[in-house]
Amino acid sequence: MAKDEIKSEYRLIGTRPNRPDGLDKVTGRARYGADMTLPGMLFAAVVRSPHAHARILKIDASAALALDGVKAVVTRADFPTGLTGEDWNLQENSMAGDVALYDGHAVAAVAATSRLLAEDAAKLIKIDYEVLPHVIDVDDAIRPDAPVVRVGAADHTVPAGSPPNVVKCLDFGHGDIEAGFSAADLVREHTYKTEATHQGYIEPHACVAQLGADGKGEMWVCTQGQWYIRRMCAAVLGIDASGLRVTPSEIGGGFGGKTIIFMEPLALALSRKAGGRPVKLVMSRSDVLRATGPTASASMDVKLGMTKDGKLTAAKVNFRMQGGAFLGASPVGEALSCALACYDIPAVQHDGVEVLANRPKAAAYRAPGSPMAAFAVESLLDEMCHELGLDPLDVRLKNAVREGVKASYGPTYAKIGLVEVLEATKAHPNLLAPLGPNQGRGIASGFWFNHGGETSVSLAIGEDGTVTVSAGTPDIGGSRASLALMVAETLGIEYEAVRVNIVETGALGVNEPSHGSRATFATGKAAVEAARHAMAEMCRRAAKEWGIEEEAVVWKDGAAMPAGPNAGKFPPMSIAEIGAKMGGNGGPISGHHETNADGVGASFGAHVVDVEVDPETGRTTILRYLVVQDAGRAIHPAYVEGQYQGGAVQGIGWALNEEYVYGANGRLQNAVFLDYRIPVASDLPMIDTVIVEVPNPGHPYGVRGVGETGITPPLPAIANAVAMATGARIRSLPLSPPKVLAAIKAKGRG
Amino acid sequence: MVKVHLWSGLRRFTDGVEVVQVQADTVGQMLDGLVAAHPGLAPVIAAGVSVTIDGVLTASRFSAVTQANEIYLIQRIKGG
Repeated sequence: MAKDEIKSEYRLIGTRPNRPDGLDKVTGRARYGADMTLPGMLFAAVVRSPHAHARILKIDASAALALDGVKAVVTRADFPTGLTGEDWNLQENSMAGDVALYDGHAVAAVAATSRLLAEDAAKLIKIDYEVLPHVIDVDDAIRPDAPVVRVGAADHTVPAGSPPNVVKCLDFGHGDIEAGFSAADLVREHTYKTEATHQGYIEPHACVAQLGADGKGEMWVCTQGQWYIRRMCAAVLGIDASGLRVTPSEIGGGFGGKTIIFMEPLALALSRKAGGRPVKLVMSRSDVLRATGPTASASMDVKLGMTKDGKLTAAKVNFRMQGGAFLGASPVGEALSCALACYDIPAVQHDGVEVLANRPKAAAYRAPGSPMAAFAVESLLDEMCHELGLDPLDVRLKNAVREGVKASYGPTYAKIGLVEVLEATKAHPNLLAPLGPNQGRGIASGFWFNHGGETSVSLAIGEDGTVTVSAGTPDIGGSRASLALMVAETLGIEYEAVRVNIVETGALGVNEPSHGSRATFATGKAAVEAARHAMAEMCRRAAKEWGIEEEAVVWKDGAAMPAGPNAGKFPPMSIAEIGAKMGGNGGPISGHHETNADGVGASFGAHVVDVEVDPETGRTTILRYLVVQDAGRAIHPAYVEGQYQGGAVQGIGWALNEEYVYGANGRLQNAVFLDYRIPVASDLPMIDTVIVEVPNPGHPYGVRGVGETGITPPLPAIANAVAMATGARIRSLPLSPPKVLAAIKAKGRG
Repeated sequence: MVKVHLWSGLRRFTDGVEVVQVQADTVGQMLDGLVAAHPGLAPVIAAGVSVTIDGVLTASRFSAVTQANEIYLIQRIKGG
């Protein structure tokens, strides 16, 4: 395997070995959520509200239950009462109580001996509704006379007298904001809007669940976090968490949307009511779009002050975000925290509110909140650069944060790599490509915190010296390969000698999901510690064999060996020799590590995109696209590049096409991929990537985490490129052809 | 005593003070100390906050803090 052209003292870190899941996936052997089948299994279907807001007056399931083969129907009456806080939110979102809060909200579910029979039975469940007024748009929802989504949902942060759908208020900042604006040569302020979009994972949610009357059960499920699923289902159903064993399947994308529950408690409740028979529940694409968690829609005011040579003097942002009908679902806090994080600005003020609307409960989506915030701030920054005749990249470099600078969200930055990212961007040949008519180039920066979190890893030495790693973070972006590389590097063995398994909830202590770009960082850190633990034990075994002190043995190049000439003359004892002997000299050898991983390193990126806009149709074509991002250390560069490219592509979809479209009746109008159009390969050029490596001191190999930052710059980068190509600045997403065409025509009239 | 920087929206719970001093050797003691000194912060901390020590996020209540550290409470950060 070829090593990348980077300075590295490592043997394996930075190489590109074959992916361990590759053969299974290309041959169809990989088992996803819907692939599990059990004897006696039933199939479930869900009855969903066709109304955006409606009181549920009566549910009559008698006709469904009369069908031969229908084994159970559940409604909210089959769930425990008295839950509070987020547990109540999860229960209410899984199955409506007195009121359906959005189009697609589950109202009842049925289990039968075939999927077709379950779907037929679902149609026979008669529900009487009293339709209530609804509100969809975030700005409409904030009006004092808007229909009230839920009375009394606001938390302690909301002042008395606020509009009824405002449920959370935030504000933070530092510096003298008015003095900052007074010091500027140019002050501009605009309002920006983004629509809700879905993560668009290709695999719909799916599970097979079994739960007995004794509260013991099992579930095989497509998820980013088997322990989170277990805890949430246990709370919603009123059972003990340890009574439920959850095994994650292979996963066909998550991007944050599979960190929480939607239909899993329904499958468990149906199983319990059907005498403990296993129940399979697989969402359709329409179910996924209507009733899982998209991201929030946003309405954002941004005001920036800049000197004529491009120094930012002050910034003020005011964001309004709706995350559906549930408090705490919008990422407004994260959006505010990320909005100005790329820049060293003397005075900043952030204000924000979370608003309820009759829409599904928002879930995390890749750097939650940061892409919307970047769209607003980076669009205005770009506009001001052009107004002052300044180079947008130079201005970003002039204001870039670096180690020792006070972040917009408060603390002083530790070691970070934005300056290195921007310098690498400036040096890239894509910036020299000539632009033709109707073409434009856009640039934007982006930021994400990254995350550590609860992590547990176990590692076992085999009798032949190969190694099995048990990890609890589902592999959504190549973590099995990166964990194997880090363990092999640490132990001094070959990559192929390490197998990483993603295990069920009974096999390890609690792990947070694969979220926050944490799997390679946190699980990797724990895996390295587990390997060191096993190494120490292998040194002890060698010391016993040789009859010398433990301290006289060291581990090097995959073998135990005497620490020096005074320790004695013994040939190195390889991991294979130790594995072969361990049964007779102390038993199995394993390593463990449990942690709440600290030492997270933030990640910055910059994107440059060239577009061409058809002036006849308003259609935007991506000509060239460059992603530059600080990975800290790229353990497996091919996967890192894949994360960069994937983030860019999702951002391209968000910028150009994707949006939840609701009718006047509050029903989602585009709940299939034909109408909710995500980018496909033929829409895109190859996405160019540059991996910058400013190692994170908080990780043994310097990892920062790369999964999320890449979706942050595309929204403004594309908006900036379209503005350059057309001369028309559009301050709302998506930049769909009709909207772009209208902007071009309006500019022509102007 | 350690100095804890609060975001400005929390000033109303601390008599207008943005940097609060509490006696603490760990993050957990620091959070408990904040609630003890300013009970209005209890629901905020119960709802979840993120803590940075010298610019780096920490999740452990056992993480050590000293008067030499720069400590911030910031909005709770989740990821996708």
